[in-house]
Amino acid sequence: MSSAPDLYAARRRSNAISMGLCYAAAIFGLGALVFILFALLREGLGGLSPSVFLESTPPPGAAGGLLNAIVGSLVMTVIGVAVGTPLGILAGTYLAEYGRGSKLAFVVRFINDILLSAPSIVIGLFVYEIMVAEMGHFSGYAGAVALALIVIPVVVRTTEDMLLLVPNTLREAASALGMPRAMVISNIAYKAARAGLITGVLLAVARISGETAPLLFTSLNNQFLSTNLNAPLASLPVVIFQFALSPYKSWQELAWTGALIITLAVLALSIGARVLGSQRTAK
Amino acid sequence: MTSMDPIKTEPMQKVTVKNVKFYYGDTLALKDVSLPLYAHKVTALIGPSGCGKSTLLRVLNRMYDIYPKQRAEGQVLLDGENILNQDMDLNLLRARIGMVFQKPTPFPMSIYDNIAFGIKLYEKIPKSELDGRVEVALKGAALWNEVKDKLQASGLSLSGGQQQRLCIARTVAIHPEVILFDEPCSALDPISTAKVEELIDEMKEKYTIAIVTHNMQQAARVSEYTAFMYLGELVEFDVTSRLFTSPEKPQTQNYITGRFG
Repeated sequence: MSSAPDLYAARRRSNAISMGLCYAAAIFGLGALVFILFALLREGLGGLSPSVFLESTPPPGAAGGLLNAIVGSLVMTVIGVAVGTPLGILAGTYLAEYGRGSKLAFVVRFINDILLSAPSIVIGLFVYEIMVAEMGHFSGYAGAVALALIVIPVVVRTTEDMLLLVPNTLREAASALGMPRAMVISNIAYKAARAGLITGVLLAVARISGETAPLLFTSLNNQFLSTNLNAPLASLPVVIFQFALSPYKSWQELAWTGALIITLAVLALSIGARVLGSQRTAK
Repeated sequence: MTSMDPIKTEPMQKVTVKNVKFYYGDTLALKDVSLPLYAHKVTALIGPSGCGKSTLLRVLNRMYDIYPKQRAEGQVLLDGENILNQDMDLNLLRARIGMVFQKPTPFPMSIYDNIAFGIKLYEKIPKSELDGRVEVALKGAALWNEVKDKLQASGLSLSGGQQQRLCIARTVAIHPEVILFDEPCSALDPISTAKVEELIDEMKEKYTIAIVTHNMQQAARVSEYTAFMYLGELVEFDVTSRLFTSPEKPQTQNYITGRFG
């Protein structure tokens, strides 16, 4: 009889402690994020002017912008996503639909997880080996391929996870109408998982738009505005890397601005992904 | 009371289940089950959970074939043709034998498309005719009046009972010959249940129907024939009125009187 209130008090105590820990962790994490955003805004906002989007990277001391880097980043990101997304979706579809429970799927999933957590510099070195060294020069193609290699495992993972969330009863119901397997997947499963699939691709875009290491070994950099994929190509992360390490004040300022641009772009993408995701639950 | 006599001339067998055994991996779930589904009659499958009644239903349209470790032996004849044959085209088979599931499963698309989609799988018809087919299907499922002004709304926006009738409409829209109901009312409230039961009663004019149910009153209300199953075996198959009033086997007696242990 007497132990019941004690037990209850102990439970309340442990509840209070774990809640306190959770709050502390959340505040710590969010605080770091807010601090980063604040530093970016403080240092980068001043340099944000039309010329950033209209002029290419300047020589030391001169005025200029980030146009060549923005264009290069856009081109390589678009190609990387365009190459990586179909491969990732198809592989994820295999894992979730056709290969479920098979040995091959197990192996593919395992390797994909390794690829997912592989340091991106390794991917850069790999592409350097198979493309840059073979071709004899750095190129936008190599950069795009390196980015695609980073996109694939992300999309494979989200595609599989999202398709596994689609209830089997829905697949059975579609099959029960005499719908062939391929149609069940493309018309029912993809539709039901659409928001999640799009979120996965947007996450992959966010991930690669800040990647520096794989581009250092592949597309390198280019001082001038260029869309020639067969030649070195500028990109925001590499320009930021170079300019931030330089001793020149104007370069350092451009690096901050570039970092702010990437962050805002990724933020916009994440919000877009979130909106798409919530549309599904709203319906 | 006048005709306690069973049907003298046996009606035509639309589906004949012959010595069917079913395995989940190594587990034997159906032990040599044989029974007929008579054309344009409702046959109820009753029995405690795990007795194999849903399994039997899933053999009839080979739904189990989706899963690699499940297999059936024996024969299931649909108009004399063995559908357990390995070279049976499963998609065509399932277009002939429709199925309505326990949980309503509307597709993530509009009410209209939920029905049109199945039709368009096997028929190329002009839009105007398609509109007509959708309307007939929705009327056939007693849903038309409730949704005619919002055919483009998502199928998921309907209530549970409406969703289940949408699934029935979707099934009848492709003109199957047999319809299998797997506990179609277990997730519905009494009013929706009554509507679905009424539907089943009307539908037997056109279709041969099998229904799995946990609800014995429901079996008694909607079916002409009832099969009582227990532990993977068919214990008794008879005209519903007789199975519920004077069953031959003591197990059946125990189950229908609720004394089952």
